[in-house]
Formats: sequence, structure tokens, C-alpha cells
Amino acid sequence: MNGFPAFLRRLRALTRKEFAQLLRDNSSILMGVVLPLALIFIIGYGMSLDVDRVPTAVVLAEDSPTTRSAASFTVGSRYFSPVYVHSLPEAEVLMRQHAVNVIVHFPPDFSAKLARGEGTVQVLLNGEEATTAMSAQAYVQAAVLTWAASQGAARAGLGQASVVPRVWFNDANTSSWFFVPGILMLVLTISGVFLTAMVMAREWERGTFESLFVTPVRIFEVILAKVIPYFTVAIVGMGLCLVAGRLCYDLPMRGSLWLILGESMLYLIIALSMGLVISALTKNQYLACQVALLVSFLPTVMLSGFLFDLHSQPQAIQVISHFLPTTYYLELMKSLFLAGNYWPLIAEDTAILLGYAGFFIWLAFYLTRKKVA
Amino acid sequence: MATDEAVIEVHGLTKAFYPKGLCKVVALDHVDLRVARGELTALVGPDGAGKTTLMRLVTGLMAPTAGTLTVVGYDVRQQAQAVQDRLSYMPQKFGLYEDLTVQENMNLYADLHGVPRAERTGRFNHLLSMMGLERFTGRLAGKLSGGMKQKLGLACTLVRSPDLLLLDEPTVGVDPLSRRELWTVLQQLVGEEHLSVFVSTAYMDEAARCQQVYVLNQGRMLAHDTPAGLTRRAQGLCYRVAPPKGVATRVLQSALLDDPAVQDAVPVGGQVHFITSVPDGRVGLLTRHGLTAQPAEARLEDAFMLLLHADQNGAANGRGETTLRGKAVGEDASNTSAAAAEQLAPVPAGEGDQVDIEVRDLVKKFGDFTAVAHTSFQVHRGEVFGLLGPNGAGKTTTFRMLCGLLPATSGQLSVAGVDLRKARTQARAHIGYVAQKFSLYEKLTVYENLCFFGGIYGLPRQQLAARIEAVMQEFQLTSRRDQPAISLPGGYKQRLAMAAALLHKPRILFLDEPTSGIDPLARRTFWQQITRLAAQGTTIIITTHFMDEAEYCDRMMIQDHGELLVLGRPSDIRRRMHLPDADMNEIFIAIVEQSREEGAKT
Repeated sequence: MNGFPAFLRRLRALTRKEFAQLLRDNSSILMGVVLPLALIFIIGYGMSLDVDRVPTAVVLAEDSPTTRSAASFTVGSRYFSPVYVHSLPEAEVLMRQHAVNVIVHFPPDFSAKLARGEGTVQVLLNGEEATTAMSAQAYVQAAVLTWAASQGAARAGLGQASVVPRVWFNDANTSSWFFVPGILMLVLTISGVFLTAMVMAREWERGTFESLFVTPVRIFEVILAKVIPYFTVAIVGMGLCLVAGRLCYDLPMRGSLWLILGESMLYLIIALSMGLVISALTKNQYLACQVALLVSFLPTVMLSGFLFDLHSQPQAIQVISHFLPTTYYLELMKSLFLAGNYWPLIAEDTAILLGYAGFFIWLAFYLTRKKVA
Repeated sequence: MATDEAVIEVHGLTKAFYPKGLCKVVALDHVDLRVARGELTALVGPDGAGKTTLMRLVTGLMAPTAGTLTVVGYDVRQQAQAVQDRLSYMPQKFGLYEDLTVQENMNLYADLHGVPRAERTGRFNHLLSMMGLERFTGRLAGKLSGGMKQKLGLACTLVRSPDLLLLDEPTVGVDPLSRRELWTVLQQLVGEEHLSVFVSTAYMDEAARCQQVYVLNQGRMLAHDTPAGLTRRAQGLCYRVAPPKGVATRVLQSALLDDPAVQDAVPVGGQVHFITSVPDGRVGLLTRHGLTAQPAEARLEDAFMLLLHADQNGAANGRGETTLRGKAVGEDASNTSAAAAEQLAPVPAGEGDQVDIEVRDLVKKFGDFTAVAHTSFQVHRGEVFGLLGPNGAGKTTTFRMLCGLLPATSGQLSVAGVDLRKARTQARAHIGYVAQKFSLYEKLTVYENLCFFGGIYGLPRQQLAARIEAVMQEFQLTSRRDQPAISLPGGYKQRLAMAAALLHKPRILFLDEPTSGIDPLARRTFWQQITRLAAQGTTIIITTHFMDEAEYCDRMMIQDHGELLVLGRPSDIRRRMHLPDADMNEIFIAIVEQSREEGAKT
């Protein structure tokens, strides 16, 4: 028997059917293509954690060349949008009105104290905006120290050491750079786990599998035909994210693009198999959706290090997060995008991901049988 | 091809299920079966008999608990795929892809079965023209009517000529006309291609078209014979009698069912068709009322009912339904005749009296889809009014509007003298509603369910306690008081739902498809209860897709595609159609064909 052509013929027929259904069902396109783009723009532009034109009150209680020089870092800076006042109470009023979030206070005796080497600058921050406050503080600190260093050097001719913080791998400390790998992971998880679980569960629910199974079709072909279209959708979604990240946020790709793509496909295979496992267990769209949300989407967002840095989480959470394949994929992506090809990490994470892929593929095939309950 | 060659050979087949938290259910119990090549073999049995389980076992989609199972020469346990390669199967809920077109659905199955391109065009055209689907090849399967979907399902299973065709209730819920058309196609194909077909059905007229009939009940095979052979079992036992003037057919039928000498009774064509071993059909009830029965031709259905009754009684000692009527039967037996004699008194004709429901020019649209088109009718006090039509005819939509569950797009609606548009809540106090799926709380017991429903009707505590006792007695639920609803058999669930709907003594009782999914014996009991309620003056509106149940109604209307096709007394309709002896299926077909002809003229 010429089994091979028959296999291809059936696979082609099933895949064609899946694509026809996919294209007629707007929700899959919405989830696979529109949602990733929406996410990348919303998160990229809307969820920025960066300091950008923070309204700042600069109190120049003593109008001297020294103070003006010390405060010059606020002029023309893209980080601050300064308002100049002459007394602290005026600035406090502005702060209470929420007109400013930061007050940089040069006290009346600033130049005198500075001459004695005791110059202090007071920085008042609006704690309601904690993240902005922290970043702003760091910027102000850095700026003032830089200025003090240059002053000291000019005056005494002595080398003065000062700590200048520098953020590695994300020079501009742009949070959109940090988020894009996370969005890639979200897109792959959504198209992989959700769409696959839903379309498989739909066939169980509508009873279409019952008639499909009593044909020469093999279960392997049914599964493969389900996976191919959603693999494609996910890859398209990911491609859009990469292009959007590159064009809109100048996302660096310090590692190899091929590695990025390859690792993403590996992760996608894990996601698709998880989707298949969920649908085989639930056989019901509503349940499949709930389970997919609980076991894939939420942990992906909360526990993988996408929103919250893993190192600052409680021990127990860290342990849980190391059971999730997403954690390793995200770690790998961040490293590939922002740091470059660091082979030991790549080798370790790839091995772990391959292990997960093998396990979920096996489980999916083990659970999906040509049987009805 | 030798006709004695078997395509299905089954011995001692047993299938047990172990549902979570419930005790073991034996769906099939040592079943033997043999389907010969080139023949049409029917599997008949009431809902829940195990027909679908048997079909699934034959296809290899389920594994048997015990027994041997050989299909088209292969052991299904060992070589399920080999069997699946060779047979075609149409499950009850045929898996058409609703978002694919007719053509795409057929192409998919042709590709899966490896039908060569060259053969395809000719075969597709032949199938499509037989099914009357040629004009719809580009239409999405989801947009086809129920009957057309079934035909497309059949077409998909026949993209090539299979070694065995398995059909699981291919016509359930389909209108009589589509049903007839589907069978014509099937028989034509069997003739052309010598197909071997194994078909399960709940309709006896369909089983009568087959060469062999197997009767399955509660997982056990009761009998197996040719249709004629089975029918002979009821030969000489069937009679017909017309009710006295002014007495509804169902009243006489119900009284006859209560007679210990009568095995079965159904209203047919304005008469009561009954089975008895008493010579000349001279049962006590009839002689007391001076009625004489005429011998009638035995039907396959009569044989089927005899088998079911016998099975129910555990080897026939008199008449059936012991289990269904519960313990009350023994007490009843002594005074049945008296009660029956009393019941035979003509019911005061409700017509012209008080109108309980008035519907004028009712319309319901969902977007641009018209579910109910310009429908007007009246229902009188104490009447049994039937809403008939196939699935998707608009029955349930009409119903929901009458109960105030769905606002009408336009038209007038008054229930119990209250305008539904103005005072919905007030109208609801007068109505009881039994929904299609019997909205019961499965984890609550019979008693708890009744308490809950009594509570939401706002009955005072003392009155509620009394009413609960009364309805439990009336529906023989007392012995099952503390059983959770989920563990009740289908017939009892339906009774509990009715009991709950009657707690507040409504003037009008609405029943939506109460008899679907219930076996024929329980259906008989159900209609007896309806007869009793109607005699007490309750107005009853009921929907059903069993056309023959129209015979129980005083008046009825038939809907199809949202249109009101006909309205009136069953006997008047028969007269109007000039088909005095026709059953309701024939009437439906005649009416649809007539309305289509008129449509073609204009």
C-alpha cells in the first residue's frame, strides 16, 4: 500500500479545512494578529516605566551663578520639565496641586556651604508615583553628582571620585525594550495554548470528531492539521511584534535573529502541545478556556518575570516559576535581545525547553485518542 | 455476493459505564446481533435503550466491556482503524462543519476517503441531485435547514460506496417530508449499490422499510425478526373503536389504558387503536358503554409496544407500566373501572366559552431572521392545544413569547385575560411552565426541588406543605421523596418538573417538548396525566415534534419555518385535506406540499 501519499493527501485536506475555518472565523485572526499588535502598542507606549519630562519645581532660593550652574541640568533635559521658583513654600503649593512631582531645592546658603564642601541639595518626591519618583531621584542624584565632580575638579584640580550609575544592557533604560520579549511570549502563549485548546474542544463539543474519526484518518494527521494553521498564525503574530518593536522602539537584537526565531518556535511547540493536552482533558470550549487561562496565561504574566522581577519574589514563588517553561523562554529572549549570544545560558535553557516540548507532545498524543466518552 | 455473509457479527456484547459518584450503568447487556451484507437492518428502541452505544462500539469509538465484535471481517478491538477505513458512519449529531460550504464538506470527506478526482464529479452530482442540494453547493452548512443538514450528512458518508453504512437516528427531529425524502434516497442507493446498512431509529415506519429489525430495550435485545414477522406477533390482537359523541379521543384512550385487559392504546385518526387478547376486543369498559370495537390491521408499532410492555413487566402478567406507575397500580386496579366509567362522561365543551389565550398577528424577528411570522390563534379554557412542527419551526419561540419569557416584535398577546405587554408578572401567576430540559436542580432531592419552586411562587408555608404532598401523590413521587433529581429516570424527571409547575394551581400549563427523550411507555402515562388535568379544567398548551401526538389534542396548529400552516381540530383538518384516514405525518406532508404548490403559483 502506498501509505505515504495517502497520509499527505489526508493531511492536506484537513489542513485546508482548518485554514478555511480559521479565515472565516474572525476571532482567531483577532487573537493571533490584532491582539499582539494592540499589546505591543499599549504596553510599549502606555505602560512605560521611564522618566520622561517629569514636571519638576526647581527652588532657587539664592539667585547666584553657582546655583544656576548647579541647576542647569534641568534645562533642555528630556527627563525634566522644570518650573523655576524662589522659595520652598511656592514649590510645596505646586506639589500639593499635583502640578509637579519633584522638587529640587537649592537652599539659600547653597554657595556658601558648597565653598566649605558641605553643599546639600534637597530632593522632595511625590511618593504617590513611586516608580517615577525612584527614577527621578536617580536622575537628579546623578546629575548633581556629575556637576559637583566637574566643579570640584575645576576648582581644586583634584580628581574626585563619584559613583555614576549606569544601567547595563538597556542603556537608555527603556522599559519597552524590556517588555517586547515578554509580549512575544504572550503572543505565542495566546495563539498556542488558547487557540489550539479552543478549536480542538470545539470539535469535541460539536461532535464533528465523531464522524471524522470513522474515516481512514489517523489521529496524528488530525492533530498535525490542527497545529499547522495555528503555528502559522503565531509566527505571523510574532513577526509583527518583532517588526513593530524594531520600527517603533528601536529594539536591539544583540543576539542572532535565527536563534530568536528558533527558540520561539520551540516555545510555540510547547504552547501548542499544552493547548492540545487541555482540550483532550476538557473536551469543552468553556472549560478549555478557563483552564488555559489558569495554567498558561496567568502564570505567564505573573510568574515568569514578565511583570515582576523574579529575584525580588518570595522563595516559594520563585520555585513555582521555575516549573514554568515560560520562565526559561523569557530569560532566553531577554538575553538574546538585550545582551547577545551567551552560549551557556542558551544551551541550558534550550535543553530545558526541549524537555518540556517532548513531555507535552507525548502527553498530547497519549491523551488524544480516536475514542468518544 | 452471498446474502448470508455478515458485515456485523456481535456476540455477548456488554458495555458498562461508571459515572462519577453514581452506581455502575449497564448500557448493553450480552447483546447478540448479525447484520447481513446487502441488507437494510434496523435497530429500534426507546431513547436510552443503548442504540448509540451499540453504534459507537461497532465503529470502534468505544471499547466494549465484554463480548466479541466482528465488523466487515475485522475484530474491532484489535483493528479499529481497518474497520474505520471501510465503513461510513453518520452519528446522531452529524459532524458537519458549519463554517464550510456544502461542497467543501463533501470534498473534505472525499479527500479523507481517497476518492479519485475522476470519480468525484459524477458521484457528487448524482448524490447532490438525489438530495435536492445541487443549488446549494456554495452555501455554508450552518445556513441549511435541519432536513437539508441531515441530507448533506448522508451525502458526506456516501462520497464513496462503503462496505457498511451506519446511521444513528438519521431523522430525529426532522420534519416528516424530509424524513420521507431521506429514506427514498437511502433505499434508492441500497438498490443501486447493494449497500449494507445498519440504522437505528425511533420511528416504526422507518423500521418497516428494512429487511431485518432488532428491538433493543434497556440494553437488552428483546427480539429480532423481519418487520412482517414482528408484526405477526400483534396479529389478531388489534382493534379500533370510536369514542362516543362529545367525548375526546384521549379520554377513551386513557380509560382503555387503565383497563387491565388492554395492553396498549393510542389515539389514531380520531379513533382509539388498542391491543387486547380479549376476543373481538370486547373489553369490560367498552361493553359497559355499549361500544363495539372493529378488528384492525396490526402495525409494527403494536408489536413493538407489546414487546416493551412484556419487558417492563418482566414476562407479562397482564398489562404493563407497573414500574412506571409505581405502587399506585395495585390500589388503582379495584376502582379503575369506576373511575374510567366516570371519566367517559363527555367533557363540557370548552369551545366558545372563556378564552384563556389570545394571540393576534404575533411576529418575532431575530435580526433579519423571522422566527415566527404573523400568527393568530385562540386557546379556550380546559382545552389541550398542540403546537406541532419539526425542529426549528418556531414552536419554542412562540412558546416563550406566550410565557412572557421573550418580548414579541409585534402583535397582541393576552394570557389568562392579562395583556402580556403590560402586566407580565400578573400573567405569570396564572401559568405553570415546564421547560424543554426540565429545569430541575439536580443535586436537590425531589422534596427540596418542590419546596424551592413553591417558595418562588410565593406560596404560604402551610399551603405549600399541603400542595407538595398533593402533587407528590398525584405524580407518584412520594416513594422517591428524598432521591436527588439527577438520579431519577427520565420519566420521573418529567413528572417532577410537571409537579413543580403545578404547585401554585395555575390555570394554564405550558409544556415545551415534554415527551422528547422519553420512552413510549412513559409517554402514554404522561398523556394520561394530561387528560386528567384537562378534565379538571386546566388549559394545556404543549409543543411536540412527534406528529402523532396531535391525536391527543383538542385543537392544534402546525408550524414550519415560522409560518402557521394549519390550525384546527385534528378531525377537521383531516376532512379539509380530504384524507380521512391519514395519520398526522401524512397530513403534514400533504399540507407542506400544498403550501409549496400555492407558493409556486403566486
